[in-house]
Amino acid sequence: MKVKKGLYYSEDHEWVKVEEGVATIGITDFAQHSMGEIVYVELPMEEDELEAGDVFGVLESVKAASDSFTPVSGEVVAVNEALEDEPELINESPYDAWILKIMMSNESEIKDLMSPEEYEEFCNKED
Amino acid sequence: MHKFIPNTKEDKNKMLEAIGVESIEELFTEIPEEFRLGRDLDLPEQMAEMELRKHMRDLGKKNQSTDDLTCFLGAGAYDHYIPSVVKNLASRSEFYTAYTPYQPEISQGTLRVIFEYQTMIAELTGLYASNASLYDGQTAVVEGAIMAVAKMRKRETVLVSASVHPETRKVLKTYLEHQDIKVIEVGLDNGVTDINDLKGKMSKDVATVIVQSPNFFGIIEDIEPLAEVAHEQKSIFMQSVDPMSLGILKSPGEMGVDIAVGDAQCFGNGLNFGGPYLGFIATTDKLFRKLPGRIVGETTDEEGKRAYVLTLQAREQHIRRERATSNICSNQALNALMATIYLSTVGKQGLKEIALQCINKTNYAIEKITALEGYELLFDQPVFKEFAIKGTSDVQKIKDKLLEEGILGGYSLGTEYDTFKNSALYAVTEKRTKEEIDKLAEVLEVI
Repeated sequence: MKVKKGLYYSEDHEWVKVEEGVATIGITDFAQHSMGEIVYVELPMEEDELEAGDVFGVLESVKAASDSFTPVSGEVVAVNEALEDEPELINESPYDAWILKIMMSNESEIKDLMSPEEYEEFCNKED
Repeated sequence: MHKFIPNTKEDKNKMLEAIGVESIEELFTEIPEEFRLGRDLDLPEQMAEMELRKHMRDLGKKNQSTDDLTCFLGAGAYDHYIPSVVKNLASRSEFYTAYTPYQPEISQGTLRVIFEYQTMIAELTGLYASNASLYDGQTAVVEGAIMAVAKMRKRETVLVSASVHPETRKVLKTYLEHQDIKVIEVGLDNGVTDINDLKGKMSKDVATVIVQSPNFFGIIEDIEPLAEVAHEQKSIFMQSVDPMSLGILKSPGEMGVDIAVGDAQCFGNGLNFGGPYLGFIATTDKLFRKLPGRIVGETTDEEGKRAYVLTLQAREQHIRRERATSNICSNQALNALMATIYLSTVGKQGLKEIALQCINKTNYAIEKITALEGYELLFDQPVFKEFAIKGTSDVQKIKDKLLEEGILGGYSLGTEYDTFKNSALYAVTEKRTKEEIDKLAEVLEVI
């Protein structure tokens, strides 16, 4: 299992990269591995206003369909449309295949997320 | 034959003894006195089988079907011709006893039929995909609305035109009021959706806009501008459509419709005393993963041969549990089969001819009736196979008189629209002859 440095992590197995108030969000290597082959990604719409904990989309794999929750609040400013045609990008390279970008309305929410080290420990416990 | 449950007194006593109760009444002591009937049901004495058969036959004779009467009644249920081959094939036991095809190994025939049905509906509506069918046109509208709300997530308002069938709007409200979804009606302008009222009611909270065309008054609505208004706010645009009209009219897909729904009873299904009917739903490539209910897909088996299976089941309640957006786990397979046989029988050219005949005969009827004194069109608009006539006398009186002459006609618009008293809808399908239409006009003339 790969955990990338320089990112924040949620208990729902999402990674968050913060740049100038914009959070780029994807799912972790641990998440893609436990889901198996991902066959469909339902993206949110740009301009959607989301609260931390809201469902932003659905990930469907050969095993299950699961809701995805946003770890931070704000407005959706971009979605990765490439995933509509190639959902397998998430399996191939989970830290490059971002799903959405949110203009954060409350940057302090980042404090509730885990560091790479904390997340690694969190996953070890889940195993 | 014994009425209800054929137990003798001895049987009953034995059973009571076995469970240790004195009387049958004692079994109901849990139900408070005030809610009990306190007497036997008022049922007639039992009959012998021979008497019962005669009794049922006599009752049956009171029914008057569209074989006995000339039908100009529509309002959502239509008397189209059903070729003999439809019932002949559909009554093969391989079809009518088949249950939901979970097991592709033993259900290739049923799955294939559903796949063909889906393909035909998708082609007719000009959209990407159709599901395996829904209960009826009313619930199809509801399922489309729920699908749109599920897709749009945070939006909780559904706009529905007042030109959508009144019963459909009632069913929609009944379903949605318990899901915290607001249903707001858009008003009428000369029998069609008032586009200015629609613009005024649009907002970022509108998940979907629902219109019907041909609408409840039979009028062909100008769909494209309405779709544009909805899309300006990124709302999903839904059209409820009489699929028979698609033999001649522009398809929903060509006009920017995101979800097309309707009732396909008109395709090879009888009036069936009001049901079962055949709901259909089709949608775009952007939305098809939100389609409710069953979907059949084509694949290849391990020998590389073409095969059919239920597909995209990740949307359904047995996978998604409480997060499923639809709880339809069945479809109207037998009705869909009849529609499939019907469409294969009439073909592309036949469907166009039927649609054209509907339009031509309807316009002939309009000409005849509006030439009579005291009758005029309620709305001067283009229609498909139904039209609204405003008269001077009470619609019930007209209906009674027509029935005396063997004509079933005139849906009273006053029942659902306060503003349209003394107005009635008449439907003219390809089955109606010139003589029948002339007779309708003759009877109307003397009322």
